[in-house]
Amino acid sequence: MTTTVAATTPTFLGRRISPLTQRRLASFRANRRGFWSLWIFLALFLVSLFAEFVANDRPFLVKYDGALYWPVFADYPESTFGGFLPRTDYRDPNIAEEIRSKGWMVWPLIPFSYDTINYDLMVPAPAPPSAMNWLGTDDQGRDVVARLIYGFRISVLFGLTLTIASSVIGIAAGAVQGYFGGLVDLLFQRFIEVWSGLPVLYLLIILASIVEPNFWWLLSLMLLFSWMALVGVVRAEFLRARNFDYVRAARALGVGDTVIMVRHVLPNAMVATLTFMPFILNGSITTLTSLDFLGFGLPPGSASLGELLSQGKANLQAPWLGLTAFATLALMLSLLIFVGEAVRDAFDPRRNAR
Amino acid sequence: MALLEVRDLTVTFGEGARAVEAVKGVSFDLERGETLAIVGESGSGKSVTALSVLQLLPYPQARHGAASRIRFDGTDLVGASHAVLQKIRGGRIAMVFQEPMTSLNPLHTVGRQIGETLLLHKGLTGAAAHARTVELLTLVGLADAAERLDAYPHQLSGGQRQRVMIAMALATEPDILIADEPTTAVDVTIQAQLLKLLKELQARFGMAMLLITHDLGIVRNMARRVLVMTEGQVVEEGAMEQVFTDPQHPYTRRLLAAEPKGGALSAPTDAAEVMRGENVKVWFPIRRGVLRRTVGHVKAVDGVSLAVREGQTVGVVGESGSGKTTLGLALLRLQRSEGRIAFVGRPIDRLGWRELRPLRREMQIVFQDPYGSLSPRLSIMGIVAEGLGVHGLAQSGAERRQMVEAALAEVGLDPATADRYPHEFSGGQRQRIAIARALVLKPRFVVLDEPTSALDMSVQAQIVDLLRDLQSRHRLAYLFISHDLKVVRALADQVIVMRDGKVVEAGPSAEIFDRPQMEYTKALMAAALRLEAVESGVVRT
Repeated sequence: MTTTVAATTPTFLGRRISPLTQRRLASFRANRRGFWSLWIFLALFLVSLFAEFVANDRPFLVKYDGALYWPVFADYPESTFGGFLPRTDYRDPNIAEEIRSKGWMVWPLIPFSYDTINYDLMVPAPAPPSAMNWLGTDDQGRDVVARLIYGFRISVLFGLTLTIASSVIGIAAGAVQGYFGGLVDLLFQRFIEVWSGLPVLYLLIILASIVEPNFWWLLSLMLLFSWMALVGVVRAEFLRARNFDYVRAARALGVGDTVIMVRHVLPNAMVATLTFMPFILNGSITTLTSLDFLGFGLPPGSASLGELLSQGKANLQAPWLGLTAFATLALMLSLLIFVGEAVRDAFDPRRNAR
Repeated sequence: MALLEVRDLTVTFGEGARAVEAVKGVSFDLERGETLAIVGESGSGKSVTALSVLQLLPYPQARHGAASRIRFDGTDLVGASHAVLQKIRGGRIAMVFQEPMTSLNPLHTVGRQIGETLLLHKGLTGAAAHARTVELLTLVGLADAAERLDAYPHQLSGGQRQRVMIAMALATEPDILIADEPTTAVDVTIQAQLLKLLKELQARFGMAMLLITHDLGIVRNMARRVLVMTEGQVVEEGAMEQVFTDPQHPYTRRLLAAEPKGGALSAPTDAAEVMRGENVKVWFPIRRGVLRRTVGHVKAVDGVSLAVREGQTVGVVGESGSGKTTLGLALLRLQRSEGRIAFVGRPIDRLGWRELRPLRREMQIVFQDPYGSLSPRLSIMGIVAEGLGVHGLAQSGAERRQMVEAALAEVGLDPATADRYPHEFSGGQRQRIAIARALVLKPRFVVLDEPTSALDMSVQAQIVDLLRDLQSRHRLAYLFISHDLKVVRALADQVIVMRDGKVVEAGPSAEIFDRPQMEYTKALMAAALRLEAVESGVVRT
């Protein structure tokens, strides 16, 4: 009754990948739409993470008077280039002329930041798409492409942070409820019922009247309510798994509750959790967008897709605003849904069994 | 011409490299009125063969070979149209499945489900259908058939549900009854009753019966002809007496020799007492109403006393729901209980989780289902070494690995398999891993909770031998919980017969098996060892 080992197990970052995970990865890869969606999304996200190098109102590199300057990384007083202001405005025609006469500058692809107002517009803002502003400008003369890139970044970052934080809290809460059951479960469930009845939007409006809501304020407030999304599934998985024989076997070995929860039960719940995550991410992004659209979101002036949408609504004569925001949101959410579908299918044992 | 002719049947699941050939060229005939048993271990393709007859496989994932023919009374069934198949399914060939709970629709009453079959195949409605349903239920021996019509499946016991299934199958007076492990999910006493019923009904209606089973005892009792299958192929076919007395194929010989043999190791009577329970009670309160008042108790274990000595095996037998497993869990303090429990003379019934922890090393448990008792996401190394980590038994990684490998070698597994995952092992190998997990801690007392029930016959015998071998080597004390009396006889020194949480009879193994005193024990023995149904009222239906 002996078996010989011949198979070599692949490893990832020094950790062995279990055959189950391998099969899931293969199944995910086999779903071409989801697989490509993931790569496109990651590429877009990576580009937007380096937004300062793609769209900025400062040049990368300035050669002036024989010296090299890196305006992307450092602030230089205007006196460096023969001016008098404490900070250099490289888009100022006088400064630009001065630098060009004694050297050169390398500009990013899009020479506008999200809050740069383009004073060179030939038409009143919002300006239609042109060679200078590829997707036009908004009603304050700011470049739409630049705002899009920064808005995409903050949306995805907000979504990711909120998703991860609420998943961690949700999993922990669900785990405790499901594993211990009984009175703990009962009290927790009633608390969640009461808590989920609180009107989130009104709380946000109240918050907006007390403090100026920034990224972290919004995140914390949303987190107070969004952690409940995963509690149900995780709790159900823990309720089911706590009676498994291998959990009882671990208990018979004298293993403590925390270790049992983390090592033996949590992996079961991870399937449901990972399946839900892309959809929660989508939900979080939509939430931020709608808050911005309503004006209860990020502080005025920040780049955001919701703000772009509301500008589109306010300026129906400038359809490029609304269309751009719509197309971006549609693309981003669709990509994430496709990824989510592929993840869900990869974790579905019925699709994998054969 | 035979009623059913199966020729060169092959079944393949999946495509390309992942294709699995489950049945490889099976041929057999079934004549009117005869019983043919297909016997084999799990994975032998016997159920797939049975399902192919009715074309119930998940097509198109499952495919038949080009040469495969299934002819029933002149009709070709392979690739037949839906209309043809629907007429035959349930109409002329009926099927009884293993698990009656999942085969009956939980949302419909028993009467309605039988009525549906009658409507579909016989066109009976109203009073006629009602009368026929009652008649059928009476025929299968369901007491108070008229009142049971409005019962839902969950209101019936396992045996009663299986009777309803048989009634449904009989509703259309089929020519062939396919019974796929019809008694595996029920207790031994019920099994004996159901087999008797099937035999009577077959004789009465002149049905042919295709009986799928892994249990040689059932085959001996029921079939006239036997087909032995392994790995998708028929290795032996013949009359029952001939196959049993003069098996030709080595596999058949092995299967027949696989019944657990040997007797218990007898421990000296002065051996130290390892585990002692006095008047152990596990009562689950039944709460009702808004205030959750306790209105009564489910007495899972009701005042059981026992003692297990070093090197001794105490067998606990009983039917499902008799409280055997709960008793085992209570002794290990994994289940809240009342009554004194002492481990090596030290009372442990009042100890807290923390104080119990060091003792956990010395008392271990092996569970029934080797598929459920190993964490699927841990390697064998991780599973077996878990206890070592908890009790700080290994100082270094190398020492831990060495101890795990020693334990694996001791249960007859290749130590090199330590880095693999449970799903790569067969049921018997998994059970060995579960035993290694208990053994690596060098326990003194092990609760074996049906350790062989989920395994094939030949593997059962190996595990029993392994357990006995380990016992003699380490002077282990076993509490062996099982409903399988053959296995208990092969291993246990003392036996406790339980029913409804109470001890019916207890004593030395030889006496209980050979000279049972109580009526219930006698009925249990007759049903389990000789498949005889006892009609003295001591057994439930």
